[in-house]
This record gives sequence, C-alpha cells and structure tokens, in this order.
Amino acid sequence: MSHAEAHLDKLPPEPEKATLEGRNKVLGFWLFLGGETVLFGTLFATFLALRGSVLDGPTGSELFDLKLVAAATFILLTSSLTSVFAVQAMHHKNVKNLMIWLGVTVLLGFGFLGLEIYEFYHYVDVGHGFTTSAFSSSFYALVGFHGAHVALGVLWIGLLIIQLKVKGLNTITAPKIYVASLYWHFIDVVWVFIFTIVYLMGKVG
Amino acid sequence: MDWLTTVDHKKIGILYFAAGGFFFIVGGIEALLIRLQLMFPMGANGESWFLDGQTYNEIMTMHGTTMIFLAAMPLIFGLMNAVVPLQIGARDVAFPFLNSLGFWTFFFGGVLLNISWFTGTVPDIGWTAYAPLSGEEFSGTGSDYYAIGLQIAGIGTLVGGINFLVTIINMRAPGMTFMRMPLFTWTSFITSGIILFAFPALAVGLIYISFDRLFDANFFVTATGGNAVLWEHIFWIFGHPEVYILILPAFGAISEVLPTFARKRLFGYSSMVFATALIGFLSFMVWAHHMFTVGMGDIANALFGVATMLIAIPTGIKVFNWLFTIWGGNIQFTTAMLYATSFIPTFVMGGVTGVMLAIPPADFQFHDSYFVVAHFHYVIVGGIVLSLLAAVYYWWPKMFGRMLNETLGKWSFWLFFIGFHLTFFIQHFLGLWGMPRRVFTYLPNQGWDTANFVSTIGAFFMAAGVIVILINVIISIKGPKAPADPWDGRTLEWSIPSPSPEYNFKQLPLVRGLDAFWLEKMDGKKEMTPAEPLGPIHMPSPSILPFFMSLGLFIAGFGFMYRGYEFESMFINNLFGNNIIAISGLAITFVCMFLRSVYDDHGYHIEVEELQKEG
Ligand code: HEM
Ligand SMILES: [Cu+2]
Repeated sequence: MSHAEAHLDKLPPEPEKATLEGRNKVLGFWLFLGGETVLFGTLFATFLALRGSVLDGPTGSELFDLKLVAAATFILLTSSLTSVFAVQAMHHKNVKNLMIWLGVTVLLGFGFLGLEIYEFYHYVDVGHGFTTSAFSSSFYALVGFHGAHVALGVLWIGLLIIQLKVKGLNTITAPKIYVASLYWHFIDVVWVFIFTIVYLMGKVG
Repeated sequence: MDWLTTVDHKKIGILYFAAGGFFFIVGGIEALLIRLQLMFPMGANGESWFLDGQTYNEIMTMHGTTMIFLAAMPLIFGLMNAVVPLQIGARDVAFPFLNSLGFWTFFFGGVLLNISWFTGTVPDIGWTAYAPLSGEEFSGTGSDYYAIGLQIAGIGTLVGGINFLVTIINMRAPGMTFMRMPLFTWTSFITSGIILFAFPALAVGLIYISFDRLFDANFFVTATGGNAVLWEHIFWIFGHPEVYILILPAFGAISEVLPTFARKRLFGYSSMVFATALIGFLSFMVWAHHMFTVGMGDIANALFGVATMLIAIPTGIKVFNWLFTIWGGNIQFTTAMLYATSFIPTFVMGGVTGVMLAIPPADFQFHDSYFVVAHFHYVIVGGIVLSLLAAVYYWWPKMFGRMLNETLGKWSFWLFFIGFHLTFFIQHFLGLWGMPRRVFTYLPNQGWDTANFVSTIGAFFMAAGVIVILINVIISIKGPKAPADPWDGRTLEWSIPSPSPEYNFKQLPLVRGLDAFWLEKMDGKKEMTPAEPLGPIHMPSPSILPFFMSLGLFIAGFGFMYRGYEFESMFINNLFGNNIIAISGLAITFVCMFLRSVYDDHGYHIEVEELQKEG
C-alpha cells in the first residue's frame, strides 16, 4: 500500500464535513447561493419586464431555435449528473474516478459553452445585438450572466482537478470539490428556468 | 504593514471603525456645507449666497451616499467584528480571510467614490441615482463613480454578511443555544440575512446602470424601450431593507446597554428575538412605499401602505420592552446610557412620521418635501447614530483597552442631542409649509427663512458634539487602562481581558443560560467555567492577498470608467480605450484568487506553554 493510499484510509467517510473549516465552507457556500438566487431573480424579473420591448429588432419567437437550446440543455443536465458521480467517487475515496468524472463534467461544460457562443454569434448576425433593444439587453444580461457562471465553473473545476493531482484528496481539497459541485448544480437549476422562461415562453409568444 | 495583512476580527473591527469614522467626518462636513447653503435664502437678484446648484447637488449626493454606505455600514460592521465572536464565545470568525477581503473592498470602493472630488466629476444624482437622471443623457462620469464605487464596496458587505451568518450558526461556544444569544448577536444575525438577500439586487441594478452608460444597453433608457421605473423598483427592493440593515444592529446595541445600566435583565427577551425576525421579513415587503407617486395604482399603493404600517407592530413591541427594562431599574446614567435612553423617544418620533408617510394620500402631500428629510434623519441620526454612539462608549474599553472620559462624554452627548433636535425637528414644519427637498436655494420671505436658519444652527451644535467626541478619542490613547469588566456586564465579552487577546478565549466557556457571565457572577464566581482543557490554539496566518484583490478591482473600476474617454496623451488613450487598464486590474484580482486557492493556509498554533506564560 502506497503512502497516499494509507492516508486515504484515515480520511473520514464525508471528508468535506470532517473539519470545522470544511463545514463552514459548505454552509457559507449554501448561503452564497441564496444571494445568487436573488441576483438571478432580479435578472429574470428584468427580462420579464422588458421582453416585449423589441423595437425594430427581432422577437424571441423569430430568433430561438429550440432544437439547439434543447441540445444545450441536455448537455448541461448530463454534466450535473456526472458531477454527482464525482462526489460519489469522492465519498468512496476513489481519487481516480473522482478526477475522471470531474474531467467529464468540465468537457460537457465546454460543450455547452460552445453551443452558446455559436448561438450568440448567430443572433448578432441576424441583428440581435446587445444594444438593439431593451429586450436584447435584458436577454444577453440574463443568459450571458449564466454563461459567465458556466465559464467560471469550468475554470474552477479544471483548477480543482490539477489541485487533486498535486495534493491528493484530503480535508482541504474535499470541501472545495463538494462546494464546486453545489455551484454546478445551481447553474443547472438556473438554466432550467432560463430554458422555460426565456426560450419556451419566448417561442410561444 | 501589520494592519494591511491582519485577519484578526478585532483588528478588522478597528479598521472598520477608523475608515467609517473618517467617512463619517467627511459626510458631516458635507452636511455642514449643505446647511450653510440653506442658512440664507437667495439674494434679491436671485443669486445664491454660497454654493451654485451643481456643487450643491454633488455635495448632497455625496453626503447621503457617504453616510449610508461608507459611514453607517462600516461602523456597524466594525461593531459586529468587535463584539459578535466574543458574545458567542468563539475563538474567531468563520472566514478570517474573507473578513479582511470584505473590509478592503469596502475601503477601496469608498476611496474610488471619493476620488471623484479630485477628478472634477462628482456624482450629482442623489443617493438614489434615479433613472434617467443617472443615465448618459443627463449625467457625466460622476455617475460611473457612483455605480462602480458602490459595486466594489457592495462586494465587501455581502462577504461580511455571509461571514457573520456562518460564524453565528457554526461557531457558538458549548451551551450557547440560539435562545441564549445576546440580542446584539441576534440582530447582527438577522441583519446579515437581510444583507444576503438585499445586496445582490443592488449589484444587478448598478450593473444595469453601468451597462447603459458604458456599453449602450437599454435597461433604463426609455427612448430605446427601457423602463426608468424599473430602476426605482430595483433600488428600493434593496434600499428599504438597507435601512433595516442599519437599524437592527442599533436596536441590538440598545438592548445590551439598557439592561447593563439598569441592572435588570432585558424585558421580554424572546419577544425581542421574534420582533427582530419579523422586522427582517417585513422589510422586504414594503419597498414600494417610496414609489406611491409613480403611478402604481390605488390597489398597489394601499397594499404597500398597509404592509408598511404592519412594521409598527414589532417595533412597538421592542419599544415597550425597552421601557419595561428600565422601569424600576437601578439606573446609572453613564454616557452610553444617556445615548441609549435618549434614543428611545427620538426614534419613536421618527417612527411615527414613518407611519404618517405610509398613508398614500398623505404621502402625496409629504413626498419630496422636507418632511421626508426630517423623517429619515430622525430614524437614521436619532435612531442609528445615537445608538451607535451608545455602543461606541459601551464597547470602547473592550476594543481598545482604554476608558473614554465620562465628563467629555456627557458634553458631547448634550451638544449632539440638542443640536440634533434643533436641526431636524423644525424640518417637519418646513416640509408642511411646502419646502421641497433637494433644492439648493429658495426665495426669501416665504416663511422658511427663520426655520432654515435655526436648522443650520442646530447642525453646528452637532458638529461641536462630534468634535468633543474626537477629542475624547484622542485623549483616551493616554487615558486610564480599562479593566476586564468596567460596567459590571452581563455577557461573555466582559469575562475576558480588555482588550481581548488575539485568541479571544483561552478556553472556550461553558454557557449555562442567558446573560451567561452574569449568571456565573450571581453564583459568586469570578470567571466562566471552561468547557475544554487548556490546549494549543489554532490561528489563521495573516495575508496581503485581500488587499491586492481589492486593489485590482479598484484599478479595473477606473479602467471601465474611462474606456470611452478622450485623454490628451495617445498612450493613456490606448491604455484605457483598449481596456488594458480594466483587464490588468481584473487580472490582479484573479491571480490573487488563484494563489489563495492553490496555496493552502495552514495557519499556526499558540502553544500551551505560551498561554500559561501569559497567565
Ligand atoms: C450630522 C448631521 C447631519 C446633517 C446636518 C444632515 C443634513 C442633511 C441635509 C440638509 C440633507 C439634504 C436634504 C435635501 O436637500 O433633500 C441630508 C440628506 C440626507 N442625509 Fe443627512 N445629515 C446629517 C447626518 C446624516 C447621517 C448620519 C446619515 C446616514 C447615516 C444621513 C443620511 C442622509 C441621506 C440618505 C440623505 C438623502 C440624500 C438625498 O435625498 O439624496 N445624514 N442630510
Ligand atoms: Cu422604506
């Protein structure tokens, strides 16, 4: 048994909650997500207030291609699942699987971002820029903010994989991974609302 | 250097005090300039005797913004840092590093805002920054200072709020159940919760303003389909809870000072806790009482009016509990107690005018008149500042290890208290007589001249009071050393030396009930029973990263603000125009975040031998 594995054996079953620092971090992050909820709530409210203000620009029902958005949704929801697998692997102290599942999550995140960038690029092409109308400003603010969260998440989890490689799984890295997975689920939930309120409701009219 | 890197909550509390106190004086000077200008009406030829309209608007905007965000908030955070961990018997806060980050972002945000005085473009849009006034069409770079300065400072507030929530939930000493927590801790807890849900809304609103101004978005620009009233909603969904963020800790401090100097336990402890929570909840339900006149319609107005009046119920509970606390008590009129008792009637007066303003038809008369100015100064100065001063006199010995002079304290109290009522009482009548707020001058002989004159005299009394406080602070540096328990206190912070050692409690105390230290004293003990054997104490190491993270944001703020600006020098033009400054600022912040994440901070231990040596 190697040195690193011996160390893993001593790790408690839920290493993210083993130290007070870890528990603080997890609780603090839950609270932070509460604040993020208000942030996105305000963005949603703005979008709902302004989505009719299209001026000369295109409307949502002219723009949105549900097939593309459905694909993006599928990718993002899957990535939430893979991040669950990652935390499960962590609880089984299987560092290799943990890193693999985190890696898959990151790849799926990149896939989602790629589709979103393509989508935005296409919209700008057909005359739906950030400054076109109040509708477009609020659209890019909401969806773009979510996209920025995804991008940040991808970088963050990527960095965690490197940290895992260097430091291994311990009571300092475990809370970070747990918290990153919470963040990732949160982004996913927000996307479900975006899918419904922006795209589905926008398509209907 | 020590102060730039500290992660000790007591030192951070002192930093908040220093910065908040400084901004309080800046805001106070601005207030004096406002009052000087309004001391006399305009001359016969229509000329202003002192300031022109633009300068007045700038001073008035900066006064309100400074007092709320850069004076009252940080002073409250200073108190929370100094007191809450001690009151719950904790060795530290949950996130010492983030705590320091919170301070530095607040500080750099405040500095950014005030640099506008030197670049010649000061915010002139009122502390509410109403659209479209704050848009590109009607205001200059000053509005960018407002939006970006507050954005950066707001990060600090949010971080601070989360820190205290987690500290209070996770770090209480053994036996310190929720219903044994001192009231100041309770109110800090609820306040932190309100911060968590109110500040993100402001952040989004400020982003919209910045996007509209810097990137030609259309959120509040009516010509391109935006909605100016939307800003009012966003601002007040944040702004109304904000006033409760300020007043609740003030209530908490009052609830500590009164029992101590009346030598009685706080009357109705659990109803106080309940009332605090209820106020916290209701604070989010009433934002539109600032908007009765924007045309929301009768039904909305009536609903928001009634919701507002409901707040009088929990507040009334509190007021009666305070009265019953001092009723029949063995009262000692220390300076702190003077401030605390004078707070009660003063705050009640502000509350009563608040209920008056909550009646929509009446508000159509009062709105944007001096009646409103009188109202919010009764609650903000009469409520928050008086109780903060009570708190300062009360906890000063614990924070600094020195006593403040009581004679000077009483002088400052009477100057400030008389000056306050002289300044603001008459403004109720000015409002009823029709004087609008936010005006920089007025015609003579409309019956407003004398009242304005009196009001300005009052302001100078208050200023004199503040000067006496400053003198008191300065001489306290050499003043008598404070004993551990100068007031014969009831709560845990008085059970450890003044100033408290860096690890707060050598051994975590065992809490057996409400007013934990008092209980032990009544049992004839001199100190708390420890809940653990003496062992090595883990401490976080200091770090310079929070300072640089905030500095990065500060630089990025300038980068964004001046990206569309025409400078004399081509070189500088390129730096800003290509977002090089903005990006380097953000890069500094991100590199610091990266370093923080990658290098684990293991902290250090204070060993048992060392603890024993200290005695
Ligand atoms: C120290 C003595 C003070 C004096 C003499 C004073 C005086 C004034 C005056 C004359 C105004 C302008 C009202 C108008 O023209 O509409 C004003 C506005 C304001 N003050 Fe004070 N003030 C004082 C302290 C404070 C404090 C401590 C706070 C906050 C903690 C505060 C918060 C505000 C706010 C929010 C406004 C509103 C600005 C606006 O309407 O845009 N004041 N004050
Ligand atoms: Cu209000």
